[in-house]
Amino acid sequence: MDKILEVKGLSQVYGKGCDLCFASTGPEFETNICPHCGSIVALHDLSFDLYKGEILGIMGESGSGKSTAVKCLYFDQMPVSGSALFFDDSGQKPLFKLNPAQRRSLRNHRFGMVYQNPNLGLNFDISAGGNIAERLLMSQVMNYSEIRERARELLARTEVLTERMDELPKNFSGGMQQRVQIAKALATRPPLLLLDEVTTGLDLSVQAKILDLILEIQSELNTAMIVVTHDLGVIRLLAGRTLVMKYGRVIERGLTDQILEDPQHAYTQQLVASAL
Amino acid sequence: MTSKALLRVENLSKTFFLHEQNKVIPSSSQVNLTVYSGKLTALIGPTGAGKSSVLKSIYRTYLPSSGRLLYETAAGVTLDLALALEHQILELRREEIGFVTQFLHTLPRQKTLDVVAMPLYRQGVGKLEGRARAAELLAELNIPERLWEVPPATFSGGEKQRVNLARGLIASPRLLLLDEPTASLDAKTTDRVVDLIQRKKQQGVGMLAIFHHADLVKRMADEVVELSVPVVSA
Repeated sequence: MDKILEVKGLSQVYGKGCDLCFASTGPEFETNICPHCGSIVALHDLSFDLYKGEILGIMGESGSGKSTAVKCLYFDQMPVSGSALFFDDSGQKPLFKLNPAQRRSLRNHRFGMVYQNPNLGLNFDISAGGNIAERLLMSQVMNYSEIRERARELLARTEVLTERMDELPKNFSGGMQQRVQIAKALATRPPLLLLDEVTTGLDLSVQAKILDLILEIQSELNTAMIVVTHDLGVIRLLAGRTLVMKYGRVIERGLTDQILEDPQHAYTQQLVASAL
Repeated sequence: MTSKALLRVENLSKTFFLHEQNKVIPSSSQVNLTVYSGKLTALIGPTGAGKSSVLKSIYRTYLPSSGRLLYETAAGVTLDLALALEHQILELRREEIGFVTQFLHTLPRQKTLDVVAMPLYRQGVGKLEGRARAAELLAELNIPERLWEVPPATFSGGEKQRVNLARGLIASPRLLLLDEPTASLDAKTTDRVVDLIQRKKQQGVGMLAIFHHADLVKRMADEVVELSVPVVSA
């Protein structure tokens, strides 16, 4: 098995921060707000490995830091400390030491991101097909018909009616917008896909189809994925291994079936016991 | 012919700690057993003796509380499953260790043929071949062909159990854990399952199985290990 990503000691603080931030927040203090300076410790000391083709789940409630983690990896924000090494075909890349052009290149070519809110992942002012074309254009030069063909193919693959590819995504249903986002994320066949609460807020039947799609993609393309969710069902269905987060810290990690059947931490036991 | 020890379980204990109630629940206690390639070790004992917990600890669905679970890998390495890394366990599950649990857990909406072929897909076998081999096994286990393209969610208990068994056997793992593989089957179907298990044994699969019927133990087991309910100290 080959490693694709190695994250070490990732931390993120919103606010000016002080020397006592990390020592006075976390599960044992039941807060992620530093009592000394009022900063929010969104993430502290997150470390994990990800292998090719593997799906890692990050589970936790709102404010646990799980979204912050993937947003740092996608360069939506820079962490205050920590490192992440991406093992690309062309060599190892230390994510937070790259220059802006290199970061943009990874983001456009090698990483895919699907946000909970389609607003963040899609440009609502251009058509569904245009959204995909945009990503293809950033990655390599292709002619118009080639791009259009590839966009059509991707939308068909994610079960978006291709007759609607010239419509604006704002006219689409929530489930359909998520499919367009997934199609866009997959446009460059990235080896790493980040999924942030992608099924939250969708109807159950729509959720099921999106989850099936994600599993199909994983088996077809062997894409490594980080799935961030508060939903135990999503974790059970998708992830081989799971991290459980609270107040910015990982409080438990393990094989997903072990986390669900033999949870060790009080919080995880409570979560599993409250699942429907 | 002497068989090679495939798995040696030494002083395995499993307890659960429930934070909410601040309570320790003992399950398996001081279990010792050996599984040999090509042989079946039967695990017997009353309900509550922690038999399933032993299997789940070996598969690492449970974290063992103490003891050693020494497994000889195909590569000839002795690995303590209690301490193995998550990725090592995932790889063993994919390549070497199978588990037929008491209840069938599948991805919803997945067709029976694909449910059964899944272990092969994970090893990189193509869809066509995987489905063909799954069909063969399902036929052998007497699952009507009209059910093959349907998800097993609506199947009877006995049908689900055979689907589960087919999935566990299809990739011929080196070590197979079986939790009451014939519990809800009639006599005729049980015979088919017994035949299949015997054949897998002859192919060299080492098995650790929980049975409730003395008759099945007699028919299939090469070794028998009896567990008793752990004594709870106040």
